[in-house]
Amino acid sequence: MSETTATPVLEVKDLSVRFATNDGPVYAVNDVGLSLARGQTIGIVGESGSGKSQTMLAMMGLLARNGTATGQVLHHGRNLLGLPAAELNAVRGDRIAMIFQDPMTSLNPYLSVERQMTEVLELHRGCSRREARTRAIQALDAVKIPDARRRIDFYPHEFSGGMRQRVMIAMALLCEPEVLIADEPTTALDATVQAQIVQLLRELQRDHGTAIVMITHDLGVVAGLCDDVIVMYGGRVMEHASAEDVFHRPSHPYTRGLLAALPRLDAGAGALRSIPGNPPNMNALPPGCPFSARCRFVQERCTTTMPLLQPLAPGVPTLRACHRPVADLDALEADHA
Amino acid sequence: MSAVAPPVVDAAPAGRSPWRDARRRFLRHRAAVASAVVLALITLACVFGPMLLPNAFDSVDWSLMSAPPTRAGWHLFGTDELGRDLLVRTLIGGRVSLLVGVLATLVSMTIGVVWGAVAGFAGGRVDSVMMRIVDMAYAVPYLLVAILVVTVFGRDILLVVGAIAALSWLNMARVVRGQTLAIKSREFIEAARAIGVPTWRIIFQHVVPNLMGVVVIYTSILVPGVILTESVLSFLGLGVQEPMTSWGVLIHDGAAVMGAAPWMILFPAGALSITLYCANFIGDALRDALDPKDL
Repeated sequence: MSETTATPVLEVKDLSVRFATNDGPVYAVNDVGLSLARGQTIGIVGESGSGKSQTMLAMMGLLARNGTATGQVLHHGRNLLGLPAAELNAVRGDRIAMIFQDPMTSLNPYLSVERQMTEVLELHRGCSRREARTRAIQALDAVKIPDARRRIDFYPHEFSGGMRQRVMIAMALLCEPEVLIADEPTTALDATVQAQIVQLLRELQRDHGTAIVMITHDLGVVAGLCDDVIVMYGGRVMEHASAEDVFHRPSHPYTRGLLAALPRLDAGAGALRSIPGNPPNMNALPPGCPFSARCRFVQERCTTTMPLLQPLAPGVPTLRACHRPVADLDALEADHA
Repeated sequence: MSAVAPPVVDAAPAGRSPWRDARRRFLRHRAAVASAVVLALITLACVFGPMLLPNAFDSVDWSLMSAPPTRAGWHLFGTDELGRDLLVRTLIGGRVSLLVGVLATLVSMTIGVVWGAVAGFAGGRVDSVMMRIVDMAYAVPYLLVAILVVTVFGRDILLVVGAIAALSWLNMARVVRGQTLAIKSREFIEAARAIGVPTWRIIFQHVVPNLMGVVVIYTSILVPGVILTESVLSFLGLGVQEPMTSWGVLIHDGAAVMGAAPWMILFPAGALSITLYCANFIGDALRDALDPKDL
């Protein structure tokens, strides 16, 4: 599936996001890095408040007014951070598109779907309204909206949730972007529709070679779609590995906790497993590892020094940020069992 | 697996816009529809009535001064102290009152929407400065300024429109700003940004259509208010110049001779009341029809 080429389409280096609040600065994202090749899919998983959404908003220059981003977001080598609004607008929606979590609220209720879709093409391609309409109908056809020619004149409230998400996807793909950022695109949908949307994204990616950044807390979506996975916690990258490694050889205690918390039908009707404790208060992060307060394998130095994100072993692509070697985790887990 | 399309239903021909739904709800409101009809009839009468009636608004019938309503000489509403036909004067006065009402409303609506939407969307310092200007404009003693302006520049219908609009856009701006603040944080605005829509276009293409519900409702409240303000100005002698007239002027003149010639106040006051009543009814129905909880 991964046809990784040499030059990344999008590269994020040392991205940090800070919000100025009344309670002092909040460090929502710290030193996040990723590199996305054509046709590649990276999943970003983590609990609510782990900074995954803010990472994406920062990449798109969509941070709230009190937020500042530092680091680099390189699109073909050009840093998007700090770019003037007009230049950023030329990239957004054209080369990099975004799908939002809730298709019920991310379409304008007072504008017809046609108006909202043609606007994209008018802005980026300078199409005439009629030409834009034709292409918008084709795009709706491509996301399998039945009777697109007629439905394009509908208003958002006349579509179901799954259909609206298809409209959003069609809209995001109108200009054939190189990168599609999907912020929990399936969370607000029911399970069968989720599967259809994931399937649709996979097909579109195969046809157009779009690179996808998939933010989700649904590990099933990750398994179905992603090549690489970044696990975030407390605004930091805990683990960065191939999807297969994350599922079969998780190297970080937090990743292991997430996987163990997945409900399984074959495990009988036991109590649901969870990770005890709550996500950290972003106003007052501990000096050490943000996960230390909830980690089963915590040691003294975990609470005092931040583990660095480094390769699991020399020459291995997996990156992890943990003081404990994987062998320790395995041994301790065997003891518990 | 998602290749199977559901059978196409032939109902619902085109998209039902939120506006169409609102129109349907409005048309179910009988009193409002009746009010709209009455208002339309009054407007038509004011526009075309004077052309069809034999009397001119400023011609004097020397044989009938202060005459009560009579069919003689088509003085159906009677005549005033100078023997001018009151029916035609009421209709002409209605023209002026309605024209001032509509013009002043349009002007204040436009200014108010643009001002409020820009302030609300820009936020921060721009918002503060713009809204403090509104606050300051509020503090200006309005009637005093209106009197001053009319005294200096003379009586002119456009001046009256300007004076009324200068006051009434302030509320519109506040209402619109408040609504813009709420809309600004909605997800589809962020989505529009993510598509690369420039800020100005977001304000006028994406925010303003969402404001229209509130604006329409507020405008329906504004129209009667503006007509009333015009009457107040006229009543104080700041309105249009004789022999031109408006409902406010007619009521003012009629009030002076109320005991001796009650028809001189009853007919213009009645026309004004019916108009205001209808406008308020329509406003009520619009409020129901555009209720955001139904959208």
